[in-house]
Formats: sequence, C-alpha cells, structure tokens
Amino acid sequence: MQKTANKEHVEHERLSLTGNEATAYALKQANPDVAAVFPITPQTELMHAFAGYVADGLVKTEMIYVESEHSAMSATVGASAAGSRAVTATSANGLALMWEILYIASGLRLPIVMPVVNRALSAPINIHCDHSDTMGARDASWIHLFCENSQEAYDTAICAFRIAEHSDVLLPVMVNFDGFIISHTTEVVDVVADDSAVAKFIGEYKPWVKLLDIKNPITIGPLALTDYYFESKRQQVEAFEKSPAVIDSVFAEYGKLTGRTYERIEKYRTEDAEVILVSLGSTAGTAKDAVDMLREAGLKVGHIKIRSFRPFPSKMLRDAIGKAKVVGVLDRSLSFGAEFGPVCLETMVSLYGSDAKVRNFVYGLGGRDIFVEQIVETGKNLVELAHGKKDLPVQSFIGLRE
Amino acid sequence: MAVNIKELSKKPELLAGGHRACAGCGATMALRQIMRAVEGPVVVGFATGCMEVVTTIYPYTAWRVPYIHVAFENVAAALSGVEAAYVSLKKQGKIAEDINFIAFAGDGGTYDIGLQSLSGMLERGHNILYVCYDNEAYMNTGIQRSGSSPLGAATSTTPVGKALKGKQQWKKPIIDIAAAHGVPYVATASPHNYNDLMGKVQKAMSMKGPKFMNVAASCNRGWRFIPDDAIELVRMAVECCIFPLYEVENGVFRVTYKPSKRMPVADYLKAQGRFSHFFKPGGEKYLEIYDKAVEARWQWLLEMEESTKKVPFGGMLHF
Repeated sequence: MQKTANKEHVEHERLSLTGNEATAYALKQANPDVAAVFPITPQTELMHAFAGYVADGLVKTEMIYVESEHSAMSATVGASAAGSRAVTATSANGLALMWEILYIASGLRLPIVMPVVNRALSAPINIHCDHSDTMGARDASWIHLFCENSQEAYDTAICAFRIAEHSDVLLPVMVNFDGFIISHTTEVVDVVADDSAVAKFIGEYKPWVKLLDIKNPITIGPLALTDYYFESKRQQVEAFEKSPAVIDSVFAEYGKLTGRTYERIEKYRTEDAEVILVSLGSTAGTAKDAVDMLREAGLKVGHIKIRSFRPFPSKMLRDAIGKAKVVGVLDRSLSFGAEFGPVCLETMVSLYGSDAKVRNFVYGLGGRDIFVEQIVETGKNLVELAHGKKDLPVQSFIGLRE
Repeated sequence: MAVNIKELSKKPELLAGGHRACAGCGATMALRQIMRAVEGPVVVGFATGCMEVVTTIYPYTAWRVPYIHVAFENVAAALSGVEAAYVSLKKQGKIAEDINFIAFAGDGGTYDIGLQSLSGMLERGHNILYVCYDNEAYMNTGIQRSGSSPLGAATSTTPVGKALKGKQQWKKPIIDIAAAHGVPYVATASPHNYNDLMGKVQKAMSMKGPKFMNVAASCNRGWRFIPDDAIELVRMAVECCIFPLYEVENGVFRVTYKPSKRMPVADYLKAQGRFSHFFKPGGEKYLEIYDKAVEARWQWLLEMEESTKKVPFGGMLHF
C-alpha cells in the first residue's frame, strides 16, 4: 500500500485491486443504506468484497440476500422508493431476469446505482465477457456508463451516485465493466484515502420520494392509462436531455477532487486521423496500443472510447470524428436482424449526412480474446479503404472461425 | 385476539370509498377490515391485480396510507426492500416511528407467479404481514384459472367443453406451504367472520417476523353469483368446511371456527355458476370427489390440531 499526495487533490492510497474489488471499494465509500445481492459470475466477487465490509461493520448497509435477480431489482426499487440510497449488482442472465423491473426503476425515477459486470447471454451458456447483456437493456431508460479498467470502474461508480441523484436526472445508472477482463484482473488503483471525502463528494442522500414518510402518505406505482402514461415517458426523455450537462459537471468536479477527469467520450490521437476506431470498455486499451503501432508505421489512425452509451454522445462523437474519412466501429454484441451492432448503429446515426464511410467489426463474443495485432490489421485495412485501394464489407467479424 | 368492533368502527377508513371495484367485491371488504384492524402507522405494498388496479388509477388514489406497487410477482421482494430501508434508516436515527408493513396480493400473485418472492421473504424473516386475497382465479385479467382455482371450476382458460369440464387439478395448499417455512404465524380468514379476521390480523401484527394470511375473497364475476351474496358465499365456504378457518402459531395448528353442523358442500357449489356443470348429467362424480376431499382435509386439520400441540409443525425451524 502506498500513499500518493498532490497538493491540489485529495489524498490517495494506491491499492492493487480487481475491477470487482475496486467497485466494491467505491460502494463502501458511498456507504449505501441498502444493498440487495444475488450471486452470478463474474459479478459475485464484487458482493463478496462488499459483504466483507458489512461483516466488519465498516458500512451502515442493510443487506437483503434475495432469492433471484428479479427480486434483487424489486427489493432495490422498494428500498429506493422508501427513501434510502440503494444498490445492487449483476451480470448477463441476472440482468436479463431483471428486465421487467429495470423499466419500473427508471419509470418510477429511482436513482439506483448498479454495477453490471458484462457477460455474454445464454444460449449457449457462457460466463465470459461481451456486451449483449447491457445492450439488451439499452432502451430501459437507464444511464449506461462504460469503464476501461479498474480505476475507471472505481471512479465511475462514485460519480454514478451524483449523476443518478441529481434533481435534473433522477434516473438509475449502470456502471458497466468487462467480465473477467476487468472484474478479475488485479491492477493498481488509486483510491481516495479518506472515506469521508467520498461521502462529502457524493453528499447526504436527499430522497425525492419517501414512502416511509407516514405523515405524508403517497401512492407509488399507480396505474396510468392512455391519459397520463405518455407524458410520464416524455419526462424521462427530458431527464435524458438534461443528463449530459450533469454528467459533464460531475466528471469535472470529480476531476478537481481527484485529478482524474473524464468526459463522455475519450479521444486518442484523433486530431489529424484519416481513420478512427470506436470502442467500448476494456478493448479501448488494446485499441489505443494498436493506434500507437499504426502511427509508428505512419498511418493516421485514432481511437474514440465511448464512456456514456446512454445518453449517447452523438454530437460529441460527430465532432470528434470531424473530417476522418473512415470510421471502424468495434462491437462486442450483435443486434440480430439488423445490419450493424449496437455501437455501430449509434455511430451511423451520429454521422447522418456525413461522407465518412463506416465499417462494423464484431469481435469477442462469449469472451473470445481480441489481440492488438487484430486491431492493427483492421486499422491497416481501413486505411486502405480510406485511400480507395480496397473495399470492405459493411460488417465483418474479427477472430471468428468461418 | 378479541377485537372490539364498536371501538374499531370509530377509526378512520384507510381505504377511501370511490375506488373502482365491482359492486359486491369480496376482496375490498376484506381489505377494509384488515386496514381497520391495524394499529399504528402502516405501509402497504400491492402486487399487480384487481385491488391494485381499482384503487390507484392515476391521478387518483384510494389509499390514505403510504402505498407501493411494483409488479405482479414481486410484492414480497419489493416490500422486503422497503422494510430493509426502514431497518437501516431506523438504526441511523432517521426514522422515529414504529412502522408496520403489509403486502397484499391476489391468488395469482401469491400461489403462482409470486410464490418465489413470497418464499424468499418468509425465509429471510422480514417483519411483514403478507395477505393473499384469494378469489380463486386471475380475475383482473378475465377469470383465467390459477393454482388456487378449485377442481372442476369453469374459468376462461378451463371452460366446460365436450372433452374437458373445468379445471382438472386441485387447489394448491398455500397455507401449508407458508407454514412449512417455519414462520411465526399463518392463518386463513374470511370477511363474513370479521371478529376472527381482524383478531388474526392484530395477532399477526403483534408478532415479529414474517406472517402470512390467506383470506377468502368472493368474486361474483368469476364465481358467477349475484353481487348481493358476496358475504353469503364466503360464509357458506366456511360452513361447509371447504375453506376452514384456522391458524398455525409457532407451528401449533388451531381451528378457530368449527361449525356445529356442517353444511353440505353441494349447497356451496350449487350457489355458483362456475360449478353449474356439477349439477347436470355426468356431474355427480365431482360432487362425490368433493365430499370425500373436503371431509379428508377437515379430518386432517383436526388431527393436526391435536398432534401439533405435542409436536409443533415446523415451529422449531426458527430458533
């Protein structure tokens, strides 16, 4: 353990943590009132670590050992509606089982924070990383933030509370990071040394709904028919419209506290790029190495990492892509029956009216590794496309036996 | 527990009138009695179903107490979350009052789709009373058969046809399933016997931990009888012993009402359109089966009353 100090920023401790442990550490510092837990690989160890904090009396959290993820989300909704800060965490099939209640959490405008350790959906059953789980919930009116490594998982989990609970937002937030690749890999993580500094940053929880306020009884979850339902959905649209400004300001404030500033997208060597790669999650690290190798070979390739998939930073992405001729989008999930994967579809919508050529590369389903050489090869092909020397199919697969 | 009905009648009505329940709805009568019996602050949770739909059509609500509805299968889980938040906030000194929690669900939300979350709530030991208002089918969606519908009952999904005549299975013994969790208190009740019902609610609320009640709720739309007879029908169900009134307190069974002279089961069945095919040629076999089954169940119950005095049923599970 090593302490880091910087006059401008809060004191840090340098720890070696897996993504799961780093996120559990963030939850410990956030100190929620209630946590509902149910095991699923690869999320399980996150809640093991958190249960350790509960067992040692380091948090005030009341744990609910539910009998399914459906009940995990239901209990979290109940706890949040009651007026407490409530969390849960899941992966893959667990998230799929929650699906019905995800929409209720957001429809009731409950600021729940949920780490999602990304894992492939069955069948065939598989415990390794891809993004099919969260992409299946992309329209559930949750904010989806993606993390590249354990440090980002820790930082994002802390910021998530501020974003979710902001009065302009009041939407639940998923903090996504890649199963095993991040969740089970030990990395150096700088954590805020003093828990109370995190508590101060997040702030005292001031619930906007309090079912437990017995002097002012309210009805939560009524039936709204043709006369009111539509307006409630419009209010969720409005929350999403306001959310980018909130995310930006929370990230900026967090940067002042810790020295680590994030944006909704991260640009890497994009300024003069002819070709830009776009990715989510841990693959961004590999892609940035590939960009360095391509640059060394004299090829003008850059990379953009999407940190906020919902709200999708369309304008930011379009501006960052700028005059690049070709965009290669890496998707770790499919939208079956559509011509492109989910990230590519969003990118193409963002680029509507632009002359940039977009190509989609699906990779890594069910946790299949992607190697830097494969991204370098992809980058080279895209440069040839940009120079009119080669054509490429609109969608292709990396690392697949055909 | 003995209740003073005169005193209770002076309490404010927690479920306001003007809700959209059908005329002669048995479930709302049960709800009113239950809410009247509760002493002190109470928070209620509802599963999706008739009572949820008729009491909370936005922008109106019939509830004068805090109310939450999340979905069909999860009232036990959702209210577990509310109760856990209460425990947490109370420990932190953010809540001063002692608050009671009641989860309500119909038989569909209890016997079938909600059974898992109910079991989880009972096992984890939340301080919640769970009440099933049992009208023996999915009445809210249009009278489809449930795990609670009785043998032979005509429902929308088990109609009386040439090959099949009504539901082909018995009703699930939900009360025994709940009791088998070893919880402190489970009971059946019926709104025609309001002293018994409200006394059981008060007894349940006086005990810590998870409690379960299954309350008879006649439904004239589903059972096919005139709305005036809502209370008469549940009275008959108890008098013929097809719906016995009993409780299991710390594993000890007690039948809380024993008819001095049992009404023939056929009288109860004949009063309802859903069993009308029992009284047409070929229906005699149903009547025979019912006589035997109701008698067997009643004798078993009396036996349990004796035997569990000595050896409590699952009552030692909680220690």
